[in-house]
Amino acid sequence: MSKKLNELTIIEALDALKKKEFSCLDLTKACLDRVEQVDGKIKAFITVCNIKALSKAKKTDLLIKKDKSAFLKKPLLGIPYSAKDVFCTKDIKTTASSRILENYIPKYTATSIKKIDQAGAILIGKTNCDPFGFGSSTENSGFQITHNPWNLNKVPGGSSGGSAAAVATDMGLFSIAEDTGGSIRQPAGFCSITGLKVTYGRVSRYGVIAYGSSLDTVGPMTKNAKDLALVLSVIAGKDKYDATTLDVKVPNYLKNIKKSIKGLKIGLPEEYFTKGIDSSVLKEVKKAAKDFEKLGAIIKTVSLPHTKYAVPAYYLAAMSEVSANLARYDGVRFGNDRSLFEEEVKRRIMLGTYALSSGYYDAYYKKAMKVRSLLKKDFAKVFNSMDLILAPVSPTPPFDIGEKSNDPLSMWLADIYTVTINPAGLPSLAVPCGFTKDSLPIGMQLVGPQLSEELLLQAANAYQENTDWHKRKPTV
Amino acid sequence: MNSKKNKLSKEQVLHIAKLAKLKLTSNEIEKFQKQLGEILGYMDVLNELDTEKVKPTAQVTGLTNVLREDKEEVCLTQEEALANTKSKHNGYFKVKAIFPRKYSGQV
Repeated sequence: MSKKLNELTIIEALDALKKKEFSCLDLTKACLDRVEQVDGKIKAFITVCNIKALSKAKKTDLLIKKDKSAFLKKPLLGIPYSAKDVFCTKDIKTTASSRILENYIPKYTATSIKKIDQAGAILIGKTNCDPFGFGSSTENSGFQITHNPWNLNKVPGGSSGGSAAAVATDMGLFSIAEDTGGSIRQPAGFCSITGLKVTYGRVSRYGVIAYGSSLDTVGPMTKNAKDLALVLSVIAGKDKYDATTLDVKVPNYLKNIKKSIKGLKIGLPEEYFTKGIDSSVLKEVKKAAKDFEKLGAIIKTVSLPHTKYAVPAYYLAAMSEVSANLARYDGVRFGNDRSLFEEEVKRRIMLGTYALSSGYYDAYYKKAMKVRSLLKKDFAKVFNSMDLILAPVSPTPPFDIGEKSNDPLSMWLADIYTVTINPAGLPSLAVPCGFTKDSLPIGMQLVGPQLSEELLLQAANAYQENTDWHKRKPTV
Repeated sequence: MNSKKNKLSKEQVLHIAKLAKLKLTSNEIEKFQKQLGEILGYMDVLNELDTEKVKPTAQVTGLTNVLREDKEEVCLTQEEALANTKSKHNGYFKVKAIFPRKYSGQV
C-alpha cells in the first residue's frame, strides 16, 4: 500500500484489517505518530490518549484473532478517531475548551461516544474547539489556537476546528463533533473534509456539553461521504437518555449510497449568492452546481426570503438558551469559578440574559422564536418542489488568525449560510468543492428536509465519485 | 427596545451581570457596554417583520411527553458524584452558608 496507514479511509482500513494486511496496533500507532509529527504546528488536540488507545488496540487485535465475526458485530472495529472536547468521556479530561472546566474528569460517557466505542473504534484524543462551541474560528479556546493545515496563518474554522484539522491531516480516521450554528460544516469547509449536521433528534445529545439545547446536533467529520455513512449508521437512533431523539428507524446509510441522482431537483437560494460572497466561493459553488447537472440533477434558483433575519434570530434564540445552560457552572459540583469563563462565553451569557430578562423577553427572545417559525416555513416551501438545496458553507475562504477576533459581530455575520439551518432542524452535509488560487479550501453544503440524510449522502457520494477535491491533502 | 446602536449604560451592564452571576472587571464592563449595545442595535432589524400572527417555534421534533418507566436505574455513586468538586465534607457538597450565623439556632 503506497498510502501511510493513517492516510487510509475508514472503509479502506477495515478492508485491510480484515485481510490482515496490518494490525490494529500498527494503525493506531500510525495515527499517534502522526499526532506527534504534526500537532506541534497544528495544535488540534487538547488531550491525547496514548496509553488507553494502545491498550485498546492490543485488545482489539486479540479479539480479531479470536472471533471470526468480530467485524460483523463491530462495524468500526480498530478504527482510530478523535472527539471534540465537548463530549464527556469517562475518566478522560473533558474541558469544552474552557478554563472553567480545565480539570473536569467526567464520570460518565456520552451516548454517541459509547456507541462508537462499542462499535470497536479507538479514541486517540480530545480536540480543541471554541469554548462550549462559541465561535467560528476556534480562536476563542481557553487553551490554544488551532491552525488551518492548508495555511498555518489561517483559522481552521469553528467551533470544531480541532476535529476538522485532525481529520484533514490524518490524525485519526474520523472525528465526532457537534453543530449548533455551523460548527461542523464551516470547519469542514475550511479544512476540506466532509462533515454532517444531522436532523435535530437523529443522534443523541446525552453527555454532550450543551450549547443551545433546541439547536445542538452531534455529527461525524470524515474524509468522504462513504465513511460518514458508516459512522452515522453507528451513532444515529433513539436514546432513552435524550428525550429529544426521534423514534425513527436508522437505515443502513451505506447500503444505497451509490444510487443515481438523475432527476434530483437541487435549488440554489438566490439570497445566498448576492452581496458579501467572495468571488472564488461563488465560482466554485456554481461550478459544483454544473457538476451536479452533468450527473443528471436539475438545478433551479429558489428563494429563502427570510435569510437576512436568520443571524439575529439564531443568535438571540441560541444566546438565550446559552444563558440558561451555562447557569449550571456554579463551581459547586464541578468546575472553577465563573470568572474563568472566556470573554466570548461571558459575552454570550450576557446577551442571552438580557434577551430573557423582564421587560425584554417579548421583544427579543419571543420575537426570535417567531422568526424561527418563518425560517422553517421558507425551507418547507422550497422542499415542496425541490429535493435538496445547494449553498456555500461560508461567504469567504478561511480567514487570517486574528482577523475577526476583535469584532464579535463581524464573526457572527460570517455564519450567515449555516445558522439558517439549525433553527429549522434540517440536515446539512458539507462537502469540499474546490480551492482558491492560494490553495485555500472551499466547501459547499447540501441541505435537505428532515431525515433526508440518505439522500444527502447519495448526492455527496455521486459528486465525490466524479471529482477529487476530497482526495487532496495539505502538506504539513 | 431602547438600544439603537447606543452603548448600554453601566447600570444596565451591571444589572445583567448580576442576573447572570458574572463578576466583571471594569475593562469588561466598558467593553460590553459598547459591544452589547452594538449587537442589540443590529438585532433591531427583526422589527422589520410583522410577526403578530406567527406562532413561536420552541422545538422542531414535534415530540411531547416522552417519558420513561418508573423503574430504578443505575446512576452515579456518591463517590463519583463528588469526584469533581473542590469542596466536600462527609459525603456532601460543601457550600457557603445560606442563612447568616445568628439564625442558625432557629428553625
